[in-house]
Amino acid sequence: MLSILKGIWVILLHTFRKRETVLYPEEKPYLPPRYRGRIILSRDPDGEERCVACYLCAAACPVDCIALQAAEDEHGRRYPEFFRINFSRCILCGFCEEACPTCAIQLTPDYEYAEYSRQNLVYEKEDLLISGSGKYPEYNFYRIAGLAINGKDKGEAENEDPPVDVRSLLP
Amino acid sequence: MMILRHLIIVIGVLAVALSVSAGLVMLERRLLALWQDRYGPNRVGPFGLLQVVADGIKMFFKEDWIPPFADRPVFVIAPMLILITVFMPFAVIEFAPGIVVADLNIGLLFFLAMSGLGVYGIVLGGWASNNKYALLGAVRASAQMLSYEVFMGLSLMGVVVLAGSFNLSEIVSAQKGMWNCISQFPGLVLFTIAGFAETHRMPFDLPEAEAELVAGYHTEYSGMKFGLFFLGEYLGITMTSAMIVTLFFGGWLGPFLPPIVWFALKTFILICGFILVRATLPRPRYDQLMGVAWKILLPLALLNLLVTGAIVLAFD
Repeated sequence: MLSILKGIWVILLHTFRKRETVLYPEEKPYLPPRYRGRIILSRDPDGEERCVACYLCAAACPVDCIALQAAEDEHGRRYPEFFRINFSRCILCGFCEEACPTCAIQLTPDYEYAEYSRQNLVYEKEDLLISGSGKYPEYNFYRIAGLAINGKDKGEAENEDPPVDVRSLLP
Repeated sequence: MMILRHLIIVIGVLAVALSVSAGLVMLERRLLALWQDRYGPNRVGPFGLLQVVADGIKMFFKEDWIPPFADRPVFVIAPMLILITVFMPFAVIEFAPGIVVADLNIGLLFFLAMSGLGVYGIVLGGWASNNKYALLGAVRASAQMLSYEVFMGLSLMGVVVLAGSFNLSEIVSAQKGMWNCISQFPGLVLFTIAGFAETHRMPFDLPEAEAELVAGYHTEYSGMKFGLFFLGEYLGITMTSAMIVTLFFGGWLGPFLPPIVWFALKTFILICGFILVRATLPRPRYDQLMGVAWKILLPLALLNLLVTGAIVLAFD
């Protein structure tokens, strides 16, 4: 009997407690920079597309929501002819980001992309590509991997080491 | 002129009771949220006040489906019955001096009779649904309400002994010296417990028991018929609070403020108390519920009546 009254008193004291709810649209929670939200394609510091259309993201994707088609420009540099992510399927697992060898595909701390129509959740390359370099501002894949130009192969230019034979590193 | 005055009172009581019980849906959600450190509905209109309107519109436009296996006429009548029986006692409550629909000389008995009839709405609704959960809820409701009815009436007899009348206006004016909540404290506790059981509110909401019986007696109801059950529950809270105020807290009596404001204020505080108890207590087991009613509360009510009667006799 006494415990019932005590319980009622405790609940009454909750009138003066701070409320736990985050009033979402007005008040947004802090999201860490590595939060896995909406996916973007980034550019390298020179302003070129980082993506080399290697299909690794599409292969890594557990729900097959990434579709792309490789193409080559006049210098032999690969780029995606189209790059399509279906966000109605995407589970934001971040495997694509892990698989990407050039840090092109990145997940951002943005989750507010709800749509009334399912079709509007299919993002094309122009929707995905941003003008900046995302989470890795200095990184340029070709500065590290080297690039063959007319007449010279990788590692043959001045002050350049020959590329590592990756196969020799295998156990 | 007299007829006009009566009409205004009748319509006023109806309108106020209905709008209060509709507003209670929102108030309850906000208060429960407050006591659970949440906000509750605060989006629609200022402070979420228009949530009431939104809920009402939603309720009216829902499909009102009657299951093919239900007993149609009884199924339709049950929610009306519950609303009518809950509405009737408002007629005998005196909200302020002179503001009463029917100043019955047996007002208290009328209230008890109506709350007794309230069982029918639930039992018929549960029976007509032709659904095992609804039936179980209805059976529980009938047993619970009958058990609590017994000492509910007895707990009020102390008040009647003190006032010497069944008329609610006379009971109120008999409390001019001292409110009954002091002289009849056991009666107040007993009647409050019985009131919770009669309105089948939270600690005693076994007829509904959504954890065990889906939704109890109104499992099969939808649309505005369900809305009527809902409205009936909140009207029941308002009515029981108003009754407790009339019988134990001196009705409209009070200094400075006009009587009607006192009545509304006291009723509002008691309604908040109803919600506070809901926010606190879990539901008891069914046999505990029945055991407490018959083994503890009924003897206590009889004892209270005995002592009150003896004191009144001794001092006369």
